[in-house]
Amino acid sequence: MVEEESLRVVRCGGSELNFRRAVFSADSKYIFCVSGDFVKVYSTATEECVHILHGHSDLVTGLQLNPSNHLQLYSCSFDGTIKLWDYIDGILIKTFTVGHKLHALFTLAHTKDSVFVTINKEKPDIFQLVSVKLPKSSSQEIEAKETAFVLDYINQSPKCIAFGNEGEYVAAVRDFYLSVYFFKKKTTSRFTLSSSRNRKHAKNNFTCVACHPKEDCIASGHKDGKIRLWRNFDDDKKYTYTCLHWHHDMVMDLAFSVTGTSLLSGGRESVLVEWRDATEKNKEFLPRLGATIEHISVSPAGDLFCTSHSDNKIIVIHRNLEASAVIQGLVKDKNIFTGLIIDPRTRALVLNGKPGHLQFYSLQSDKQLYNLDIVQQEYISDNDLIQIELRKAAFGCQGHWLATVEQRQEKETELELQMKLWAYNKKTQGFVLNTKVSMPHEDHITALCFCNAEKFENPTLVTASKDGHFKVWILTDDSDIYKKAVGWTCDFVGSYHKYQATNCCFSEDGSLLAVSFEEIVTIWDSETWELKCTFCQRAGKIRYLCFGRWTCSKYLLGATENDILCCWNLLSCALEWSTKLNVRVMEPDPNSENIAAISQSSVGSDLFVFKPSEPRPLYIQKKISREEVHWGVFVPRDVPESFTSEAYQWLNRSQFYFLTKSQSLLTFSAKSPEEKLTPTSKQLLAEESLPTTPFYFILGRHRQQQDEKLNDALGNELVQLPLTENIPAISELLHTPAHVLPSASFLCSMFINSLLLSKETKSAEEIPDDVDMEEEKGSDDTDEENDFTEKAQDTNDIDLGEDIIHQLSKSEEKELRKLRKVDYSWVTTL
Amino acid sequence: MDAFGGPIWSMTASPSGSQLLIGCEDGSVKLFQITSDKIQFERNFDRQKSRILSLSWHPSGTHIAAGSIDYISVFDVKSGSATHKMIVDRRYMGVSKRKCIIWGVTFLSDGTVISVDSAGKVQFWDSATGTLVKSHLIANADVQSIAVSDQEDSFVVGTAEGTVFHFQLVSVTSNSNEKQWVRTKPFQHHTHDVRAVAHSPTALISGGTDTHLVIRPLMEKVEVKNYDAALRKITFPHRRLISCSKKRHLLLFQFAHHLELWRLGSTVATGKNGDILPLSKNADHLLQLKTKGPENIICSSISPCGSWIACSTASRFFLYRLSYERDSISLQRVPKMPAFLRSALQILFSEDSTKLFVASNQGSLHIIQLSEGCFKHLHTFQPQSETVEAMCLLAVSPDGNWLAASGTSAGVRIYGLKELKPHCTVPAYNFPVTALGIAPNTNNLVIAHSDQQVFEYSIPDKQYTEWSRAIQKQGFHHLWLQRDTPITHISFHPKRPMHILLHDAYMFCIIDKSLPLPNDKTLLYNPLSLTNESDVIRRRTAHAFKISKKYKPLLFMELLDERTLVAVERPLDDIIAQLPPPIKKKKFGT
Repeated sequence: MVEEESLRVVRCGGSELNFRRAVFSADSKYIFCVSGDFVKVYSTATEECVHILHGHSDLVTGLQLNPSNHLQLYSCSFDGTIKLWDYIDGILIKTFTVGHKLHALFTLAHTKDSVFVTINKEKPDIFQLVSVKLPKSSSQEIEAKETAFVLDYINQSPKCIAFGNEGEYVAAVRDFYLSVYFFKKKTTSRFTLSSSRNRKHAKNNFTCVACHPKEDCIASGHKDGKIRLWRNFDDDKKYTYTCLHWHHDMVMDLAFSVTGTSLLSGGRESVLVEWRDATEKNKEFLPRLGATIEHISVSPAGDLFCTSHSDNKIIVIHRNLEASAVIQGLVKDKNIFTGLIIDPRTRALVLNGKPGHLQFYSLQSDKQLYNLDIVQQEYISDNDLIQIELRKAAFGCQGHWLATVEQRQEKETELELQMKLWAYNKKTQGFVLNTKVSMPHEDHITALCFCNAEKFENPTLVTASKDGHFKVWILTDDSDIYKKAVGWTCDFVGSYHKYQATNCCFSEDGSLLAVSFEEIVTIWDSETWELKCTFCQRAGKIRYLCFGRWTCSKYLLGATENDILCCWNLLSCALEWSTKLNVRVMEPDPNSENIAAISQSSVGSDLFVFKPSEPRPLYIQKKISREEVHWGVFVPRDVPESFTSEAYQWLNRSQFYFLTKSQSLLTFSAKSPEEKLTPTSKQLLAEESLPTTPFYFILGRHRQQQDEKLNDALGNELVQLPLTENIPAISELLHTPAHVLPSASFLCSMFINSLLLSKETKSAEEIPDDVDMEEEKGSDDTDEENDFTEKAQDTNDIDLGEDIIHQLSKSEEKELRKLRKVDYSWVTTL
Repeated sequence: MDAFGGPIWSMTASPSGSQLLIGCEDGSVKLFQITSDKIQFERNFDRQKSRILSLSWHPSGTHIAAGSIDYISVFDVKSGSATHKMIVDRRYMGVSKRKCIIWGVTFLSDGTVISVDSAGKVQFWDSATGTLVKSHLIANADVQSIAVSDQEDSFVVGTAEGTVFHFQLVSVTSNSNEKQWVRTKPFQHHTHDVRAVAHSPTALISGGTDTHLVIRPLMEKVEVKNYDAALRKITFPHRRLISCSKKRHLLLFQFAHHLELWRLGSTVATGKNGDILPLSKNADHLLQLKTKGPENIICSSISPCGSWIACSTASRFFLYRLSYERDSISLQRVPKMPAFLRSALQILFSEDSTKLFVASNQGSLHIIQLSEGCFKHLHTFQPQSETVEAMCLLAVSPDGNWLAASGTSAGVRIYGLKELKPHCTVPAYNFPVTALGIAPNTNNLVIAHSDQQVFEYSIPDKQYTEWSRAIQKQGFHHLWLQRDTPITHISFHPKRPMHILLHDAYMFCIIDKSLPLPNDKTLLYNPLSLTNESDVIRRRTAHAFKISKKYKPLLFMELLDERTLVAVERPLDDIIAQLPPPIKKKKFGT
């Protein structure tokens, strides 16, 4: 395999699942949600991601089932295209290019040949609802330029538009008015809430709208928490509305159940409210959903609801208001204080999650593994409250210990600090609170680090604080007559001339501790806690500090606020080299001596990878991100990559992830986008027949082995009937969904041919292999291969009337093709 | 007449008006025949277990619905038997112990029965099958009243929480004929129970324990959005409840079940404008007259000389003679009042206290001569036209020659008291009269109407005066026409013939006929700052209407003598303080 030598910055999961309403499949088995540039298909029963639909080149902004074929899905994106997918196989069927940035997508059951999209044409804030005619064509890329204007000056959010009564009218809300456009009469009625201008603090701005599926009734949500049900709106004078009021804050989304008997609403209270019969007194609640409800959607079958939450979570809820599944993406908290940490045990990314929680996020499967409640207090969502913030976290002793620091500062002088130490419990597979230290320091804790050296029997933790001290905490025996226990106590308090301690760091072998006091770096012996030496460069306060690793363990690196990166030699106690670099993030790779530093300039962030022993960087990538990069981390790879190019060797053992200001999690990838697609198509083949239950693993594998034995036994016999599973044409026929299959006349010849016994009995096992290969290639979406398969089909057509010799010639042809593939380069050497 | 069924809880006339239904304590529903001269018992319906609290006729008159406790019965009027018994769910937010009282039922022409009950439900029943069609739980407390519009496309209910809910018949989809009842808007204008509601073609009217009458116009039915389309809240009756004896400085207050007589205090001190002077003599509560029985006092009056008090209830008329001996006071009831005087609507004494004018509810006007301790019936003016319309406003000229009387809708009639015969009729006007007054000397009759128009009519000349024509030609100031409450009293200054004194509940006004009339551009209400301005400006901006809003709500204002004016305020807080506490409601965030 030849490496494609270009490193790209790619988004790696963690995208917003709650950006738009999730969509259920017609049978409620799957749920579709947008996720950045992709569409994710989740199973509602198992919460697993079944497919990721790749194809859009910008944010996906709308999803709708194809009303004429409920096995297909439309999606629209900022890239100006509408794509039609087969979601069961994860195949892109068609692409319609509209040309404008598409903000929302709506489909209607009775207008099958057109869809509705929200675009903005001229001014940035004026959005239009237009209908787009989707031309019928067999080609994959279709231009859909035929648009018809429906409504102007609408809100860009799809929550503010709803189609009602089988598409007889469309309701759109914005600011203080509701406009209803009747398609038959081609008239627009507009209803303005009159009190909006009169009262000073009236907050009855419209926020969302929903239409009753059976009756002429429009429900609108408002900023003051009211829900209004509008009726008789086809008459400008006789229109009437009624109010439902439970929410105390903005109604975020509304949805009617399929039959229209109940109305669902949600908001910042994190409570799903079901209004039965649309009456004020008859309501049911599903409380404690964890975070603000952003979207509500209802399955077409009517058995499930789902709510999207502001913490990047989708909850699937049964009709009887019982949460049945939770799909949790990466929680994007307002502030990431802890930075990116890797849990040594699970290799999960650990960072701030929900308020007061630490989230464990799996980078491989792009889902949250679990949440650890650190603060352990009820979260009251109120903008004015000053919350307890989780500021620092660190893992120690291969994930056996977790230290966290939380703080709450109401006023300048009142600081509440708490340090918690959590022990990993193998039985419960989770962290259990071991020691709680209130006010470990007098002032903010600036750094926290464990001594991770293996030779150290006793776990050691160092905290550095603005109060000018650093404290060493060790694990001691805390047993009493009741139980055996261990606990953490303070072992040593160090300080240096009352300077604020800003960073601390253990060397790789744990023998030295480096603590920076503003501009000065101090080196301490971890055995005796003696001050060994100090470095002072007078180059501003130390921002980052780290020891080199492996062969470079004699070096200590420090990045200062005056944009200087220094490297000290610990043996000579002298400055080895220094360079001017505005370092924002500095991360050592645990699996090599490399250190990654990200610098910030006015145009963007640049990455530098270097070894402490050489001042010349190994690798430089400019403009990895237009925004400020806040955090970065090296994640060890499970399977080492083999980049041959010298510049990319730093990525062989670890992968580098970084988090920008807007909280997008990015990484580097050398793979081309096409290559990234293949795993999903492979997945598709793997799970073609059976669900992979534990029984499958036991019985299925057993059966396979049996089959193989049987095959071996049969192979010895003269007459060999081809096994149906092994014939690709048949398996293809059986496993491809009917709606994507070509016509039967097309398949007939292939099918018949495949049943014919070839004269070469020995190739019986080869042929399936070959075709498997073909199929694998076929699933790659390159044009060349498509042409090839078509050709193959053509030849089959010709074959139909002729004899088996052609079949033989075909196998010969394959033989020839194989020969062509053989490397003849040795000939040149002759 | 006695219905022989214990207390009567409900009563309703048939759509044709010839029959009357009553519901009694013992559970019986009785049908009475109404003829022109009497009410005759016709039949009993099947007796129910408990009291009948509400009754409603089917518009065709063939069936009736009766709301009892825990169930509703539907009767066939012909057979008198109950065809259906519809049992109402007792449940009230999980508590099932309390009985469910059906406070109101309404029979619609399509056979639907709407019931409101003490569990806070509004329920729709099919009277043909006796089944519940739909139920709306709208309140945590009782729903006490219901009223349906004539078109039967909307109705209104009032709850004990003070909320009034509007229900409308709305088509399900625009292209189908199927319709459904939908609760639309709630109105919270009351603090206490809403005991009665009414549905006019253009407005919802509600009233209850908190003493307010609220008229909420239906915007979609109002053609023009003018001031008539505004919400109105009426707190005080649009009539005089206080009369005054100018000679003795006495005030007679009329309450629902008693009268109170007070003597005004006086002062000898003097002061500047705006000063509050100390009283040298406090006001005295002279006497309190209580009526017997449950009947309310309809009207009352004290004679200008202070020696007579007359009051009337629905069935009796009382006349008292007061005699004063220094500080003590003695009261003597005049016996043997004639029967025709009972249930008077308005009582008036002549200026010299020798004559008593009584407007009976039959439409006739009685004149009684009073002398020391006895009385003599002088004359009765019979109603002129065929239509029996009671007079409810009276005014007598200070010289005692003229009597003006007005009914609720017909015009003002003027009688000559010397000849004891009708003098003339003031040209008819569309709006009812709210106050009358005859000026001394000129005998000009000043008439205030409910649309805030004021007319001046010269009785001797039998025509409107020049000033009245002038103001009608120019029109009143728009702010004057937009006032909320009608003028309830008109009086005159004996020395200043150009002045007319009038007041409503929120302002007191002196109309100076000698000054120019205001037009829409001038300020109607005299701002206080103007008093500080120079005389020139004041003179230039002066106009005929001098308005004071210092006292409100103003129940009564009268000139005692040339230099004294008495005003009676009734603060709303005092009334509210006497009310029972409203139903406690949890308010979010408290």
